[in-house]
Amino acid sequence: MSTIITVDNLGKKYILHHQQREQYTALRDVITTGIATFGKRLIHPFRNVRDTEPASQEEFWALKEVSFEVNQGDRIGIIGRNGAGKSTLLKILSRITEPTTGQVKIKGRVASLLEVGTGFHPELTGRENIFLNGAILGMGRAEIKKKFDEIVDFAEIEKFLDTPVKRYSSGMYVRLAFAVAAHLEPEILIVDEVLAVGDAQFQKKCLGKMEAVGKEGRTVLFVSHNMGAIENLCSRIILLDKGILCQNSAEVRSMITRYLNWGSEEKIISSSWNNDGNKYSHPVMQPLSFSVVDTQGEPVTTAVLNDQPIFVVIRAFMVQLDPSLSVGFALYNEDSELLLWSLTTDGPENSWPKIEPGIVELRCALPQRFLNEGIYRLELNAGLHCTEWFIRPTYNSPSIYFEIRGGLSDSPLWMWARPGFLAPV
Amino acid sequence: MQEQQELIIKPGMGTLHYWRDIWRYRELFFFLAWRDILVRYKQTAIGIAWSVLRPLATMLVFSIVFGTLAKLPSNGVPYPIMVYAAMLPWQFFANSLTESSNSLIDNANLLTKVYFPRLIVPAGSVIVSLVDFFISLVILFGIMAWYHFIPDIRMLLLPLFLILAFLAAFGAGLWFSALNVQYRDFRYVVPFLVQFGLYISPVGFSSAIVPEKWRMLYFLNPMVGVIDGFRWAILGDAFPVYWPGFALSAALTVLMFIGGLVYFRNMERSFADVI
Repeated sequence: MSTIITVDNLGKKYILHHQQREQYTALRDVITTGIATFGKRLIHPFRNVRDTEPASQEEFWALKEVSFEVNQGDRIGIIGRNGAGKSTLLKILSRITEPTTGQVKIKGRVASLLEVGTGFHPELTGRENIFLNGAILGMGRAEIKKKFDEIVDFAEIEKFLDTPVKRYSSGMYVRLAFAVAAHLEPEILIVDEVLAVGDAQFQKKCLGKMEAVGKEGRTVLFVSHNMGAIENLCSRIILLDKGILCQNSAEVRSMITRYLNWGSEEKIISSSWNNDGNKYSHPVMQPLSFSVVDTQGEPVTTAVLNDQPIFVVIRAFMVQLDPSLSVGFALYNEDSELLLWSLTTDGPENSWPKIEPGIVELRCALPQRFLNEGIYRLELNAGLHCTEWFIRPTYNSPSIYFEIRGGLSDSPLWMWARPGFLAPV
Repeated sequence: MQEQQELIIKPGMGTLHYWRDIWRYRELFFFLAWRDILVRYKQTAIGIAWSVLRPLATMLVFSIVFGTLAKLPSNGVPYPIMVYAAMLPWQFFANSLTESSNSLIDNANLLTKVYFPRLIVPAGSVIVSLVDFFISLVILFGIMAWYHFIPDIRMLLLPLFLILAFLAAFGAGLWFSALNVQYRDFRYVVPFLVQFGLYISPVGFSSAIVPEKWRMLYFLNPMVGVIDGFRWAILGDAFPVYWPGFALSAALTVLMFIGGLVYFRNMERSFADVI
């Protein structure tokens, strides 16, 4: 197999402008800063004016030192969280924007599909848009003519060919757009999260088409948050985080698991947090650790069955006692939606855990048969009630993760996950 | 074969295969122009008639205001024909400039999602205006027939002046479309410029009424050369061209075009990031 794409030390830098109100540069600003700079030059002719300016600009590396190779026929899945640099990478590969450093060598025709229906014009009919979109994606007129019937067939829009696309349903619109792109015949196909639209059946059709493209020996680069699609389609995974290439591996399954288990701060799923850096020090208390443990008291390292209880354990060093001290945690689902808060002071006062000066361990059970399958995040929560936060969820709190998988029900009829956050049976 | 060709993407090197790419994307060029023409008169009641009505109405107003009311000289040529001969290149220039200066912004979604040589976008807008130009040209022949005005052999030189008009329109369009991406101020500058230009260019009147001592200065406006050339080719000896001025005008036009091309090519790389 021959190397078809070589990416070498690729980097892309953006300059972030802080406190800029306009979305675009206005000439006025350029002129005023120009005059201001000139004025400063007059006053301090020997000082480097640029250095003395307040840091209203910040460099931001959307991609940094990314290198990898792609062989012909590879189907690469590029995964990473929002802002990991996936789209920037695709934009550079499809020549929409230039890299700041490094270089890319590509052999063969590239077609990129970064958006469904790029260049579709709402006033034009389906027929006209097929030609227009095809030309935009790099097809010649003869090529489009040849494939026209196939495209229409794939999109299932025969009846609406001469209707302006502004009257299409969004499903029809997407189908048509994908159909055009799917009939490109490039050596390299670059696809960004386009399957998030359309109904399940059509998504399946699209995936099938992309798989077929791959089977024909073409190279596919595919960005998606849909891990199922990635798993089905890709033969290799590139994992990006904050612009840096973390992993490049052909072990698709394990890479996906790894990615899914990724925390927002920690690299690997971590069910415990130890306060190594003596953070969050406060005259009242000093947190020591925060973890999810099983019935044996060991931190959970693998997915937990729904029918097993787990415990949240908070250890802290109490310096001085305060009657309004509340310690607890916040529980979030995969989409960062807050499910609940639990605090030491939830019940009547006589049920509150006894807190003495010194090291205290607080335990809270997350009951069995409670949470549905998924990855959950816990954040530490501590403060003086209505007075002061020490550690505030979503603001400065450390996070830990655990996963619930399987064991949902003993019923022969309900063996798979049902919809919903909760799964009590 | 295409499969064997290697593409290298490097900072500052995106320009390597530029002209070859333009050739490869030549069909897109016509598709964009075709789209703009198709879209323009969708959901309008009289459709393409608009591109006939607009120049006719302007000509009528100018003939009445400058010819009948102000009684400016027309050197024995029917005033409407004199106005219309200038209206042709001016409308072409004005439309091209207006359309192409906004073209990149109007196609921002394309710029950020698909690669193609960006030059195609403003060029496509100029092509659209060129179509309008040819429609207007047909009307000119109609008006000539109405007045029994017979042009002479110089009419055959008209394409040369058309090329000059094209360079002026495209050159200015390149400048303003690239500037517009970075500084949206130019969105407001261009309509003003077009309106203003209509009065400082010899559209409603003959450039012969400009005093001798200001003449060279007058020809600093590239459209003066183009318009005078058009009048000379269409109307004949009644409108002699002041050749030194014309040469200045033409040189400036070519300069503006080359400068625009260079500037556009320099800015092009950052369009997707800035727009």
